[in-house]
Amino acid sequence: MPTKDVELIGLTKRFGDSVAVKAIDLQIYEASYCCLLGPSGCGKSTTLRMIAGHEEVSEGDILVKGRQVTWQQPSKRGTAMMFQNYGLFPHLNVEENVAFSLRMQGVGKAERSRRARELIELVEMQAYLHRRPHELSGGQQQRVALARALSTEPSILLLDEPLSALDPFLRIRMREELKRFQRELGITFIHVTHSQDEALALGDQVVVMQDGEIRQSGTAREVYDTPSNEFVARFIGGHNILKTETGTVSVRADHMDLHVGGLPSEAGARARLGQVVALEYQGSRIRVTVSENPDQDEARHVVELSDRSFYAAPANPGDAVGISWSAADEHLLAPTHA
Amino acid sequence: MQPQAPKRPLFERLLPYMQIAPLALLLCFFLLIPLVMIVTVSFWNYNGFQVVPDIVLFNYTEMLGSATIWRTLFSTILFTLTTLAVTAALGFAIAYHIAFYVRTPLMRTVLFMACTIPFLTSNIIRMISWVPFLGRQGLINSMLMDIGLIDQPLDFLLYSRFAICLVYVYLFTLFMVTPLYNAMSRIDRSVIEAAIDAGATPVQIMFWVVLPLCKTGFAIGAVFVITVVMGDFVTVRIMGGGHSATTGYLILNQISLLQYPAACANAVMLLVVVMSAIGGLLRGVDIRKAL
Repeated sequence: MPTKDVELIGLTKRFGDSVAVKAIDLQIYEASYCCLLGPSGCGKSTTLRMIAGHEEVSEGDILVKGRQVTWQQPSKRGTAMMFQNYGLFPHLNVEENVAFSLRMQGVGKAERSRRARELIELVEMQAYLHRRPHELSGGQQQRVALARALSTEPSILLLDEPLSALDPFLRIRMREELKRFQRELGITFIHVTHSQDEALALGDQVVVMQDGEIRQSGTAREVYDTPSNEFVARFIGGHNILKTETGTVSVRADHMDLHVGGLPSEAGARARLGQVVALEYQGSRIRVTVSENPDQDEARHVVELSDRSFYAAPANPGDAVGISWSAADEHLLAPTHA
Repeated sequence: MQPQAPKRPLFERLLPYMQIAPLALLLCFFLLIPLVMIVTVSFWNYNGFQVVPDIVLFNYTEMLGSATIWRTLFSTILFTLTTLAVTAALGFAIAYHIAFYVRTPLMRTVLFMACTIPFLTSNIIRMISWVPFLGRQGLINSMLMDIGLIDQPLDFLLYSRFAICLVYVYLFTLFMVTPLYNAMSRIDRSVIEAAIDAGATPVQIMFWVVLPLCKTGFAIGAVFVITVVMGDFVTVRIMGGGHSATTGYLILNQISLLQYPAACANAVMLLVVVMSAIGGLLRGVDIRKAL
């Protein structure tokens, strides 16, 4: 069994009367990439800030590498934080920013500079040693922030929405780089995000949170293929939620079939009739929205087809169509807590 | 040939000038004209009875050759530097406390009000209210004598350079607190947290992060303090008891002796000194960042 890098036990955070994080338990294994995913206000950032030590814990414990750190100073926990807007020191240049923690420890100038430059080389920013943060682009600031966070030699790197300030193109590139750094450094990354794509792309472990509670925790594939409840299925996207005799089930949109001009006889109970209300061309695939009843939001279903199978029997908005799915693709959901 | 853009109506072309007119007129009447008059009069001649329009350099040669004038200017600069140092240190401490230790916005407002409300009373009243504290039979002296720390009242407390500096600090610390607080409240919370993460102690954060990021705040505060202290004559008159002089006080004396041209020459010199001090300050610090 792999060892645990971070363990949260009954971790709770209260702000006055409201509870931001409700007694969550979580284990994060050694040298893994863990994504905390959830809508804004779900408590994911608060959880991260409690692990970092920037938010006081109301109840519960935080263990880092089996060591109790709940009440320890941020710098003594073996964690380092990369902030959402990077939090670079605006009055210091790149080298001084990265060397800041060494300077605070009283490391000599030559040694400080040598180690800072090593980290700056790691993030490929050696051409910008003497630039101030405001003279750098968002992506460059992020690299500096990463180098600075690594300067304390943390065993856990905490990233608070690190990609949200970047444009979509850069976001995908930095995403790849973060994953590469995590693999090469062999340390645990805990990454807070509200983007499903990001969490699925990066996470060895994806933790979906809502209202201060963990709704599901598992590998990216587990979470996507077998969402444990309706909230997770809806939030992760790409799923249809269908009420059947056995209960509420989810079926991946790309596992649905579209039947232009009536349902085949073998479809049985795993089928619906409706009208095409929207068609979206997405290049490699086509997204067809079918509605059983235009007044009901829950009666909308999405079928994703590859362009080949769609154009073999195309449908137009307004057409009456049937949709169906097979029993094997059906996944039973646990009832969502209120 | 390019087609000519149609000429815009007269009103539209005048509009921008009309928009800047109020400020331009205000500055013209209350800054430019008085300044031109002071410079002009500084070249005029005078005798015991009247001021004579003329162009003479006498006022300047006499001023620059006078040891008293130089000594007074030196003393004025010394007052300014002392006040700057003390108000900067005090202002930083107060602003730091309000910005980083006071948690609730209500308490912050209350503390700011406590700093500001005294300003609703007259400067002179607030100055004079120090007298019962500092005098020979004042509160401080009698207390110190009662508890037996001293046998003789301390004379330096009132009508002295100490008293003048004390009142300057009392009056002008707020001018430092406000811009410094403004600079501190602009510091991103995550910058402070990053420093904590890096293992910096509270003292290290203050000196290595907060202090350098307050540069513009110090510069703006210094502009206020330099301007008011260099031009002051009331405080020197009331708290100095006639033992100390500053250039402003000197100008006041010259005016009461009807030596307007000499007073003007002094005013020009004071203006040059203040302008170069502030000019030098602003060359080093870009205060536009804080506006």
